[in-house]
Amino acid sequence: MGGTVSANHDKANLLEVRGLTKIFGTLTACDHVDLNIAGGEIHALLGENGAGKSTLVKMLFGSLEPNSGEIFWDGQAVQITNPGVAKKLGIGMVFQHFSLFEALTAAENIALSLNDGSPISTIAAKARALSYSYGLPLDPESLVGDLSVGERQRIEIIRCLLQTPQLIILDEPTSVLTPQEADKLFETLERLRAEGKSILYISHRLEEVKRICDRATVLRHGKVVGHCNPRQETASSLARMMVGNEVKPVVRAPAEGIETAPALLEIRGLTRKPATPFAIPLKNINLRVRAGEVIGIAGVAGNGQGEFFESVSGEVLQQDAGSVRIRGKDAGGLSITGRRLMGAAFVPEERLGHGAAPRMKLSENLLLSRHATDGKSFVGSGGMVKNASVYSAAQRIITAMDVRKSAPDPEAAALSGGNLQKFIVGRELDRKPSVMVVNQPTWGVDAGAAAHIRQALIELARSGSAVLVISQDLDELFELTDAIAVMHNGELSAPLPIAEATFEKIGLLMGGAEPGHAEHTLETA
Amino acid sequence: MDITVNILLTIATAATPLLIAAIGELVVERSGVLNLGVEGMMIMGAVGGFGAGYLTGSPWIGLLAAIIVGALFSLLFAVMTLSLATNQVATGLSLTLLGLGLSGMIGTSFVGQPGVRLPNLSIPGLSSIPVVGRLIFGQDPLFYISIALTAAVMWFLFKTRTGLTLRSIGDSHSSAHALGIKVIRYRYLAVIFGGACAGLAGGHLSLVYTPQWVENMSAGRGWIALALVVFASWRPWRVLAGAYIFGAVWIGQLHAQAFGIPVPSQFLSSLPYLATIVVLVLISRNKRLTMMNTPASLGQPFVPDR
Repeated sequence: MGGTVSANHDKANLLEVRGLTKIFGTLTACDHVDLNIAGGEIHALLGENGAGKSTLVKMLFGSLEPNSGEIFWDGQAVQITNPGVAKKLGIGMVFQHFSLFEALTAAENIALSLNDGSPISTIAAKARALSYSYGLPLDPESLVGDLSVGERQRIEIIRCLLQTPQLIILDEPTSVLTPQEADKLFETLERLRAEGKSILYISHRLEEVKRICDRATVLRHGKVVGHCNPRQETASSLARMMVGNEVKPVVRAPAEGIETAPALLEIRGLTRKPATPFAIPLKNINLRVRAGEVIGIAGVAGNGQGEFFESVSGEVLQQDAGSVRIRGKDAGGLSITGRRLMGAAFVPEERLGHGAAPRMKLSENLLLSRHATDGKSFVGSGGMVKNASVYSAAQRIITAMDVRKSAPDPEAAALSGGNLQKFIVGRELDRKPSVMVVNQPTWGVDAGAAAHIRQALIELARSGSAVLVISQDLDELFELTDAIAVMHNGELSAPLPIAEATFEKIGLLMGGAEPGHAEHTLETA
Repeated sequence: MDITVNILLTIATAATPLLIAAIGELVVERSGVLNLGVEGMMIMGAVGGFGAGYLTGSPWIGLLAAIIVGALFSLLFAVMTLSLATNQVATGLSLTLLGLGLSGMIGTSFVGQPGVRLPNLSIPGLSSIPVVGRLIFGQDPLFYISIALTAAVMWFLFKTRTGLTLRSIGDSHSSAHALGIKVIRYRYLAVIFGGACAGLAGGHLSLVYTPQWVENMSAGRGWIALALVVFASWRPWRVLAGAYIFGAVWIGQLHAQAFGIPVPSQFLSSLPYLATIVVLVLISRNKRLTMMNTPASLGQPFVPDR
């Protein structure tokens, strides 16, 4: 680290960051970032995906080494060379992608991050006591692999609190929680603030930030573009700071004549046994998506959405061919290609390795998914690939979806997540499928690109296709869909028309409440 | 009665090298590293052990040399796969090929030479008790070491904090790294421990089992040890059970062939493999338990981003 120690740093700041820079190859992920966190405040770190938020906190936690810049802790210059140093200073972190070990128990997971030699049983007892005192009940003996995402996050939080940190870093903590679980988390955070602890809160959910954060630092393309008091801002003014310009709102034209339109995708009594010990069984799922409408499936991650998508797309075949019907014909026994040939299109959750082959060019990825459905235009006589027409189709998609790239036909892995997602969705939209099933259409995609993808999906539906969207992002579903069904523990609720749906109703269903007993479950949740 | 005791003793002698090599590999795989070079490390241990014993006349020095040679040979694998992040499968396979070739070259002058044998344990009074005396108090020292090693590894993995850390690295190296655990250092130590065990197992072959040097004398035992670890779903006591089942059926079919039982000898020779697989598959029926014990990051190279 370069630079000289400046004398005028503020003693009131628990953490002070000066000119922190991290360069990966040609990309400057963090460019001279300054950040001050006072004692007893909840400080928001805002920014779009790829703005450098995660890189910054990884440097603060010692997982990444900065190229230059200084960090002051309690007024002292420090070098955080590894997570152990950060923990010793009093910095705790709750990760976005959980750093838990699935094959170990909650208590063992906690023990691994505490460096004292006390026996597991002592740690388990401490963890249990602390978890109840914060109203985040936890069974230390349970196996992490069996727990829901919300419960896993509790382990992360309790693990962090047991280290009695002065500063707690939370990276997108609510992205996997139901609204009710998120409320519980906010209570915990407010209590920690009252105890004098500082919290660095990373999120792209602006309403949350306005609700609980005292100050905010906004990052864009690795640079700090502003500090503000989120309570005095509006969600749209915060969004403007993050994105740099106005985000075009998604327009959902009213759906007309849907009730009489034919159902293009029908799921009838779909049941599936768990394939692995940690998988969720699907229990008698029924759903109908008509021409012209967008149906959303909400739910906390890991409640069977992945299993459901695999069954609908044909990655896993059904024993009962009638349990998945496309355009009025049984499709349950058909493979992905078979279902595509019937006019369906699928976009899986994982972009790299599932939606696209990372080391292959975009045009090759296009050919991989559409060689059967577009056999005539892409494959010539004798099975020879018509490279020119594949290439021009790829270019057509790139233009239509505004995919930003560094080369005319780059490898899939060379694109940023948002741009690759635009290409993958665009690849399917380009076929004008009559049934489109998308899992997490805008996960990790920045606001501008997300709006583009959502608008395209609505337009596809309104032109007469059936669109099914599986998403964890409730804001997205409310913006995009005509009705929302909720998946919980492998069961799917009846779709709730968007006019009747509220965050609270959907949130209760996500937590496992019966539609009729919503109030009762809220008490006990 | 004497025949039974003799058979039991030969079973133990056949099972011991498998057990030692497999327990070492179990620790390696629990840390998330797949070292397919067991056969190569074993044969290097065998030639090193024989050579040192032959030159110094002391089987104990031979044994020590076997351990050191195995550990050093595994260090080559560790540098390649852990520091240079090469493909573990390819590197392990080449380690085996290298070991087989190199040991043959080193051992040319040892062929046909009389070796030294590690004496069996002999406790006056106790070892001469009928039946149990020889079984419990009169075997070769490595028999006792192998049993103690299994117990120690079991205790280490499931009762100590360091063992828990090792298992956590095998489950998810990126999570372990995020917690500040020194993934590469743990894996180095695990791989070297595995190499030392494989070397020791090789030493057993050339200092106890058949105290002489024959090229390729490991005869696929390294591969059997590797298979035992997987079929035992990475649990030490099952590795012990597997090694002894294999040893028992192996010796049993040898006797059956000697008696001239009218079954094709090829079938009898394949019996140990079949029996071990069947038994271990039966005891690992519990999918959930298997899932819990399978190191999820096995074989994946780890490159921390910094």
